[in-house]
Amino acid sequence: MGAYILRRLFESALILLGITFVTFVLLYLVPADPARQIAGRSATAETVANIRDQLGLNDPLFVQYGRYLWNLAQGDMGRSYLQRAEVADLIAARLPASLLLMLSAIVTELVIGLTIGVVAALRRNRPVDHSLMIFSFVSISAPQFVIGILLLYVFAVKLAWFPIGGYGTAAHFVLPSLTLGLLGAGWYSRMMRSSMIDVLGQDFVRTARAKGLAKLRIVTRHVIPNAILPIIAMIGIDIGLFMSGIVVVESVFGWPGIGQLAWQAIQRIDIPVIMGVTMVSAAAIVIGNLLADLAAPLIDPRIKTK
Amino acid sequence: MSAAADAPVRRPRGVLRQLLGRPRAAFGLAVIAIMVTAALFAPWLMPHDPFAQSFDGLDLMGAPLPPGGAYPLGTDLLGRDLVSRLILGTRTSLIIGVVANGIAVVLGAGVGITAGYFGGWTAAILMRFTDLMMAFPALLLAIVLAAIFQPSLMIVALVIAMVNWVQMSRVIYTETRSLAEREFIQVQRAIGSGPLRILGRHLLPHLLSSIIVFGTLGISTTVLLEATLSYLGVGVQPPMPSWGNIIFENQTYFSTAPWLVFFPGLLIVLLALAFNLVGDALRDVLDPTLKGRH
Repeated sequence: MGAYILRRLFESALILLGITFVTFVLLYLVPADPARQIAGRSATAETVANIRDQLGLNDPLFVQYGRYLWNLAQGDMGRSYLQRAEVADLIAARLPASLLLMLSAIVTELVIGLTIGVVAALRRNRPVDHSLMIFSFVSISAPQFVIGILLLYVFAVKLAWFPIGGYGTAAHFVLPSLTLGLLGAGWYSRMMRSSMIDVLGQDFVRTARAKGLAKLRIVTRHVIPNAILPIIAMIGIDIGLFMSGIVVVESVFGWPGIGQLAWQAIQRIDIPVIMGVTMVSAAAIVIGNLLADLAAPLIDPRIKTK
Repeated sequence: MSAAADAPVRRPRGVLRQLLGRPRAAFGLAVIAIMVTAALFAPWLMPHDPFAQSFDGLDLMGAPLPPGGAYPLGTDLLGRDLVSRLILGTRTSLIIGVVANGIAVVLGAGVGITAGYFGGWTAAILMRFTDLMMAFPALLLAIVLAAIFQPSLMIVALVIAMVNWVQMSRVIYTETRSLAEREFIQVQRAIGSGPLRILGRHLLPHLLSSIIVFGTLGISTTVLLEATLSYLGVGVQPPMPSWGNIIFENQTYFSTAPWLVFFPGLLIVLLALAFNLVGDALRDVLDPTLKGRH
């Protein structure tokens, strides 16, 4: 296990290095001139040339990339071109809001998804099961901006149960968490349903039934705990879905997190900020996958770590 | 793996009959058939010119008209007929769905087969690259790509393909690797058949089920990504209508003119749902080992 963890850590570091390179090259290709943006429209050609020089934008791609890596290794992600601030500070100021939203979305998707999965499996092939599965198909087929805008319209504009957007109180969390969590709820409900059906068909469940245990007790004490294990290991992978989701959800709800920061930076081509958010997101995804891989053998010892 | 599971896809007509016998898949196929018809015959089906901005399409205060009368689903903020724009938008969604997903399928299957068949260093390099792509925040990558290149219909399709090929390549890689070790492929290698012959005559027929299943499910992902990019304003560019950019253009009116979000949103969900339902049923029909689990 120790060697396995080390190897996976090394691979993760390589992947992150690869992502810095790909992102850097992509952003290098952006046709906009950062120096012109910083200087503003009325600046003279000389000022623009000076800024290009200062930022090192005249250096070849590999020199610029090497400098970026060297700074990154020291924890310096550069300065925003358009806001007078360090990228690391901008991200640090907005990360808590995004993390809280994701945490609350994880709780939402697990509660909805697992409940649906359990009920559907226990009522397999009955009308309840069919309706619940149609619901989960719809929730994996609905784009988040549509869910978000419709939830806003019904529950914030018409019914006024929740605030229209923004951040602060517990009420602000409800609609964005639901929007972000519904997709995962759809996937979890289907996985939980097939996992439950697998466990329900196993010998130890038949034995428990033969012993005359009450059905409710069999389900809560024997079936659900076994069925839930392979699903818990997947939570790490959700981080990837969330990292894409928050760009949309935060812009629909005006949530002050890194998704909104990324979106604003992309619209204004603020390259150091785009680069920084991409790196933070990629790191989160890699850590999430790593946790999922490490959790799987702990939860189910039959999975071998080669 | 049972003998039935890895038999090549047989008789397309039999598969279609089985799909039509399943209510969910039949619903999906019906939705797809209607949308394809709408896209093909769009010029004859649109009641108004989808680009014509008219004062008749706005009320006295300059606000969009609600559904009813000459405009069955109402008008948008420029007084254009929503039904006509939605019908033309069907074309956009389907063209991008088919083109982007087609590229993603070819690229993904190509990479997966190459890595699985040759193994060794080829596989190591290609699969590490897919690891890297998996760790990329997909939407961020698509937005950055779309922002770099001026978005046209083909660029949007290419961007989506670049993001979506990875899943397919992982599935096909795993399957090819297990097939490549089986006797019938080993025999072909031993008697000196070239890689292209083995690939075309022996590997591809066995991989076809997975390619069809994941190709169908992939159209759903593609439709959703196109809608999201267009909603963010970096996808299909107005005045060319796409369901996503109709919502993008009109979202400031959503509290007073909710139909401008509701109808395009409904169509996006229906189309993505249809391909998800059909793909899911195809998995059951084409791979009997999984039957009853989904």
